[in-house]
Amino acid sequence: MNSLKDYTDPSFSKLLYQRLFANKEALVGFLILTALLLLVLPLFLSPFRLGLAGRYLCYAFVAVGLVMCWGKAGILSLGQGMFFGAGGYCMAMFLKLEASDPESTAIQTTPGIPDFMDWNQVTELPWFWMPFKSFPLTVLLILVVPLVLAFVMSFFYFKGRVTGVVFAILTQSMVACLWYFIVGNQGYFGGINGITDLKTLNGWDIREDSSQRILYFICSLLLLACILLSRYILSSRLGRVLVAQRDMENRVRFSGYNITSFKVFVFCFAAVISSIGGALFTLQVGFMSPNLIGVVPSIDMVIFTAVGGRESLLGAVYGALAVSYAKTIFSEAYPNLWMFFYGGVFIAIVLFLPKGLAGLYQDNIKVWVKNWMRKPETDPESLKIKESEVNNVE
Amino acid sequence: MKIIKTTKKQLLALCGMATFAFGSLSAAEYPTAEVNTTGLAVTDDTVTVGQLHSITGTMAISETGSVEAERLAIKQINEMGGVLGRQIEIIQEDGASDWPTFAEKARKLIINDKVAAVFGCWTSASRKAVLPIFERHNNMLYYPTFYEGLEASKNVVYTGQEATQQIIWGLDWAYEELGARTFYLIGSDYIWPRTSMKIARTHIEQVLKKKDPSCEVVGEEYYALGHTNFRSLINKVRLRKPDLMFTAVVGGSNVAWYRQLRSAGVTAKNYPMLTISTTEDELLGIGGENAEGFYASMKYFQSLDNPENEAFVKEFKEMWGEDSVIGDVTQAAYLGPWIWKAAVEKAGSFDIDKIHLAHPGIELDAPEGYVRVHDTNQHLWSKAKIGRILKNGQFEVVAVSDELIEPDPFPEGYQ
Repeated sequence: MNSLKDYTDPSFSKLLYQRLFANKEALVGFLILTALLLLVLPLFLSPFRLGLAGRYLCYAFVAVGLVMCWGKAGILSLGQGMFFGAGGYCMAMFLKLEASDPESTAIQTTPGIPDFMDWNQVTELPWFWMPFKSFPLTVLLILVVPLVLAFVMSFFYFKGRVTGVVFAILTQSMVACLWYFIVGNQGYFGGINGITDLKTLNGWDIREDSSQRILYFICSLLLLACILLSRYILSSRLGRVLVAQRDMENRVRFSGYNITSFKVFVFCFAAVISSIGGALFTLQVGFMSPNLIGVVPSIDMVIFTAVGGRESLLGAVYGALAVSYAKTIFSEAYPNLWMFFYGGVFIAIVLFLPKGLAGLYQDNIKVWVKNWMRKPETDPESLKIKESEVNNVE
Repeated sequence: MKIIKTTKKQLLALCGMATFAFGSLSAAEYPTAEVNTTGLAVTDDTVTVGQLHSITGTMAISETGSVEAERLAIKQINEMGGVLGRQIEIIQEDGASDWPTFAEKARKLIINDKVAAVFGCWTSASRKAVLPIFERHNNMLYYPTFYEGLEASKNVVYTGQEATQQIIWGLDWAYEELGARTFYLIGSDYIWPRTSMKIARTHIEQVLKKKDPSCEVVGEEYYALGHTNFRSLINKVRLRKPDLMFTAVVGGSNVAWYRQLRSAGVTAKNYPMLTISTTEDELLGIGGENAEGFYASMKYFQSLDNPENEAFVKEFKEMWGEDSVIGDVTQAAYLGPWIWKAAVEKAGSFDIDKIHLAHPGIELDAPEGYVRVHDTNQHLWSKAKIGRILKNGQFEVVAVSDELIEPDPFPEGYQ
């Protein structure tokens, strides 16, 4: 969309603005989401419901990552739970160490280590727990651990040109391996129970209603920042190469691009975003469990993205919110039958809304709004062209 | 089932008042403002409690019995006039075999619905997930499953056995009655079997060995949850020929485990087994014929012969169908609402802090026999029992401990 003139414009902020909001529609969409997250939900939801919304937003991080690597770059990953878990466990390990000070663990055989280690005859803190004594190091590891995991995994696969379904299955098997690894090493990671009973972050009680509220806002702001960052990447040349290699990998390869590095980049980017979501999840829920990183939650996360519309960053957030909310509401109203409703909704979406909520907006609501706003004598043909232009942007 | 009215007797003796008797409590004598000072969901004629089990997912098959037993108890209590003259209403939530969902639903029940108590959870993992919420928002969980101990929260009443209650007397029995001297310890790989086997090993090596120096543990193995191939383990067992296999295999693994034992010719005749994890519920899936003759150490079997149990089994089947079976945990879940009722009426209040103080010393003539709440840790004093598995999937009770066994969640010397 940007013409040459825009790039030579000396005003950096104007350029940045154009990169982030290519048109009015993108700006309005982003502002609506911002208003929803920062004003509407906090004003109208009870503290309990707001806490739930905060948890759903953590899944939205993963969904945004999936839009980048699946929707835009065509790399379907069924193992995002692995990265969500990496962030979640890093944060949980820090919080657990803080909760296991020698005074409150005095009844243990070895005071000062997490309770589950004591139950498993571990008598001293393992070396890889040491960095989690420091908060800055923990934050760093929340970003670095998923990065390393994703890099090691994807580099060799992509270099070997493993793509599509095969890659999806490999990610799924990786997440299953990680699950077994954590469950099997219960002395070091808490096993199937997970890391529980987390209380404070640098002395700040994360269980209070007020702190849950603050965490909700932190979560919303970080999510919005991640969306902007993703938009920035997509509007760059890098973003265009990603989309191009999705649509026609060989042509891009023959044009001289090293596809592997582009793919590895976007996969790592999605992993780091997911990890941030996981760390925020641990803070809001107060524990981390292998149940959050198994095969099933990883597929749930793909479902969020699919429901939202896999090519729409904003759609992913709505998808995560809508699906999680539906799950909660159905299971509260019909504890015995909710799975059927839940399943029914997915079937309906696959059948009637293959492009998800974003597709519903693009194909129906937007057309309807435009028709309503414009004068009736507008030529429908010109409208079509405008739309296709808009589609190319987001 | 009846609540033993020691509390009333004590009151009479102490204060000389004979003003009220259980069963004739009316809501009018207990104004809502007085019995509920902390804003729980209590009205002039109802009180709302929560029920939080997995109705969907892999744990549903185990937890359904608990759901049914709690419903039966609540129905019976309502028919008797309710609690402090108030009818009990239930809000049921589905934990969906998923620990974060358990935490979410516990929050909902406590914060949103302000329930007066929650009956629920089954696995240790789900209890660990909800525990901080119960402690933070001060509510009471009645937890039915036999478990590993190492916990005594003032916000949980543990109506199942903790590990030492289930294991130590059972091992002593095997030592005396089966002449067991060599033991093979086998379990699923998570906290409950690990802790249980630690207690078992300590008991064998420190206590039984003093009686007979030939006592020893000849093997100890753990398998991932859901593991289904036990052939190499079975070969090891045959090689070492233990006098007793002491096992805590859970969930779906059970079916494979017993069937493979049988097909390998390892039967109760040549390889006795004492399990702490197989109840009537699991035997439905395993098939009695595959496990015939093995022993289980529990505190309740459906075949227990006493009038309370007879009435319980009869009413359970009337409510939930002739084919239903009742396992150890199901019976323990049945105790939850009754203990809560007794505590509320003893305290004359629904306030969590007051019922916490009222719990010690509450006595019940339960289907499993007489039980009493411990003075300090909110576990139950109960009798241990050994049952032998029959072809029809039921147990024949072969031994009952003479004394009530004290719950000791932090056993010294065993940790």
